[in-house]
Amino acid sequence: MNFEYSEEQNALKESIVRWAQDNYSFDQRRVGADSDNGFSQDHYNTFAELGWLSVPFSEENGGYGGSVVDIAAVMEEFGKALVVEPVFPNLILFGGLLERSTNDVIKADLIPQIIDGSLMGAVAMYEPQARFDASNIATTATEAGDTYSISGHKSVVLGGAHAKKLIVVARTSGAQTDEDGLSLFLVDADASGVEVNAYPLMDGQQVADIHFNNASGQLISDLGNASLAIGEVLAIAHVALSAEAVGLMSVLNRTTVEYTKTRKQFGVTISSFQALQHRMVDTFMSYEQAKSLLVGTLVELTDDRTTPERASKMVNALRTLIAKNGKHIGDEAIQLHGGMGLTDEMNIGHYHKRMMMINLMFGDGDFFQQQFNQEAYAS
Amino acid sequence: MDNHFSSADLEFQQEVRAFFKSAYTPELQAKVESGEDHKSVAIEWQTKLNDQGWFAVDWPVEVGGTGWTPVQKFIFETERCEAGAPDVVPFGVKMVAPVIFTFGNDEQKKRFLPRILSSEDWWCQGYSEPGAGSDLAALQTKAIKDGDDYLVTGAKIWTTYAQSADWIFCLVRTGTFEKRQQGISFLLIDMKSEGIQVNPIHSIDNHHSLNEVVFDNVRVPKENLIGAENQGWTYAKALLAHERTSIAGVADSRRWLREITDLAKQQTNYKGKLIDDPLFQTRLSDIEIELMALEYMELRVLAKLSSGETPGAESSLLKIKGTEIQQSLQELRMQTIGAYSGSLHLDNFESDLHRRGSNSRRAYMYGRAATIYGGSNEVQRNVIAKAVLGL
Repeated sequence: MNFEYSEEQNALKESIVRWAQDNYSFDQRRVGADSDNGFSQDHYNTFAELGWLSVPFSEENGGYGGSVVDIAAVMEEFGKALVVEPVFPNLILFGGLLERSTNDVIKADLIPQIIDGSLMGAVAMYEPQARFDASNIATTATEAGDTYSISGHKSVVLGGAHAKKLIVVARTSGAQTDEDGLSLFLVDADASGVEVNAYPLMDGQQVADIHFNNASGQLISDLGNASLAIGEVLAIAHVALSAEAVGLMSVLNRTTVEYTKTRKQFGVTISSFQALQHRMVDTFMSYEQAKSLLVGTLVELTDDRTTPERASKMVNALRTLIAKNGKHIGDEAIQLHGGMGLTDEMNIGHYHKRMMMINLMFGDGDFFQQQFNQEAYAS
Repeated sequence: MDNHFSSADLEFQQEVRAFFKSAYTPELQAKVESGEDHKSVAIEWQTKLNDQGWFAVDWPVEVGGTGWTPVQKFIFETERCEAGAPDVVPFGVKMVAPVIFTFGNDEQKKRFLPRILSSEDWWCQGYSEPGAGSDLAALQTKAIKDGDDYLVTGAKIWTTYAQSADWIFCLVRTGTFEKRQQGISFLLIDMKSEGIQVNPIHSIDNHHSLNEVVFDNVRVPKENLIGAENQGWTYAKALLAHERTSIAGVADSRRWLREITDLAKQQTNYKGKLIDDPLFQTRLSDIEIELMALEYMELRVLAKLSSGETPGAESSLLKIKGTEIQQSLQELRMQTIGAYSGSLHLDNFESDLHRRGSNSRRAYMYGRAATIYGGSNEVQRNVIAKAVLGL
């Protein structure tokens, strides 16, 4: 029984900590975040040089062959450093679906380009009418010679502003909300019939709504049978976002405790007030709960005795708890900072905005809790 | 990362499971659930455990204990709850005995430990006083030297099962120092001594387990002093830390959660089953998800213990979260059962649901104590604030 990261995983984490200390102070981070690009390509290239971008990819595709635990180790540190560079949409979503593609030629061509940092990709999946339902897909693809013709509207595409390549989830058969009948297509972002309307999110992500109007795409999954791959990638994405959130929470808590030890009111540091101490103990407990359930989920997802039902239960529980406790910690961090908590110059507001954005990505807390309820209780 | 037990631990788990299956018989279960004659039923169960050599779970082998590892203790506790078997009465075997075998002399060990193992002696705890609750060091019960004896005068309160105890272990004041924690001694007192009066305190669960114990010049021989005079606080603190690690109650909570889930499949709400009501489901999953997190919190602490680290403020965390979850479950259990949960009946039930209802009321009402005893949850928050957050 062991709930710690391995030596290799700790070394990986340590390399991110060292890089962030030297290169990614809050002010240094803002140089990239506030630029037109929304992030620093230089930093992103460094990630590639240090090998971090290879972590989730299998060895046969030139990757590190990392497990979900390795991914979580990286994402937890990225959360602590509030990394704004689009690692998640490019590696976990785009890279994740690419790895599960049935087209080996495309895999061999594109995955090395993700690993060396030269390719930015995005997954165009969710649609305006679907909210958090990944199988509510109205975008259609119809055969047109060797390729497919794609039409539809994709909303809040993560990484969509910079992507050169898009993986589009489109319906090739079935009704709009069927899980079956979905296929994956590779589309060039600058192809004709593709209109990218980019905008930033509150956490600094550069996203886009993308309109496809008879755009040409190449089928990269079995026809009508992509939901298994989508489900696998989303499960890893849920854990990756949760790990990142746990990293955010630890910084929010630490920063707040430190702040109360320096801020004086009524002639004493406000950390001496029991009313505030107990609130900080509660946020500490919220963090410990989230960290423990993350560790539990990692342990069970990498255990071959775990049934699919149990895995789903763990992931839904994790994202429900992350949503609840993340909001608790973020709100308290701002409250305990007082007026300073509302200023853009303090980092905690930025951490909180990322936390809130995670709580809107692929489901909110209620969404995951309802799935949990359905699977665990409904007769 | 993994949550696997070693093959030796898995074998142990099988052995423990088989034991509970055969030892915790339906007849014994019926007696336990009737709630009658608590002491004799407890002695019957504890004797079975002792015959197996599994009563003194926390004791080292040299003094008659199991010598188990933290993981073995965890497995034993989990299997006990899975089997629905009751916990032992803690005051002798879990609370005073570790103090006796750690800080007592050989004579005291020989005199007291065997009679605790055999459940011949029944103990109660004399810590809290009317003026010393969470602030335990404010205690004022005095023990004044008189030849070879102490004369003890004062009052202890919230003393569980004092009415049926043979002995009480007490913190008493033997000296006055600048630091209040000094000057406290650990004294074992025979409940048959002249000058002891036990006054019952009837609690909101309509039951009598709590008492006030008043001492009026009670003569206690000085061979009943544990360790050195004025060092009792140190001994008691070691014991309190132990009390907190066993307080999370994960396995018990899991059993309650299962009971509520099963009940909700039979109970109705409007025209459907209660278990299908989305509001009810959410109340249940609010608790279950917290419990899943608590399970891994406890396992993480266990893994640390196994690698030789001593638990610090983690036990405070487990206590707070564990007791909050217990209380939420107690409340939801009453609501799931419905109006039978108000019943004061202790026997002659209309039905199994009636019996469960009455039990759930008692559990809820007495369950309020969990966030108060063992250091109230507010005091635990103070501990975490100081030890972990450095506030």
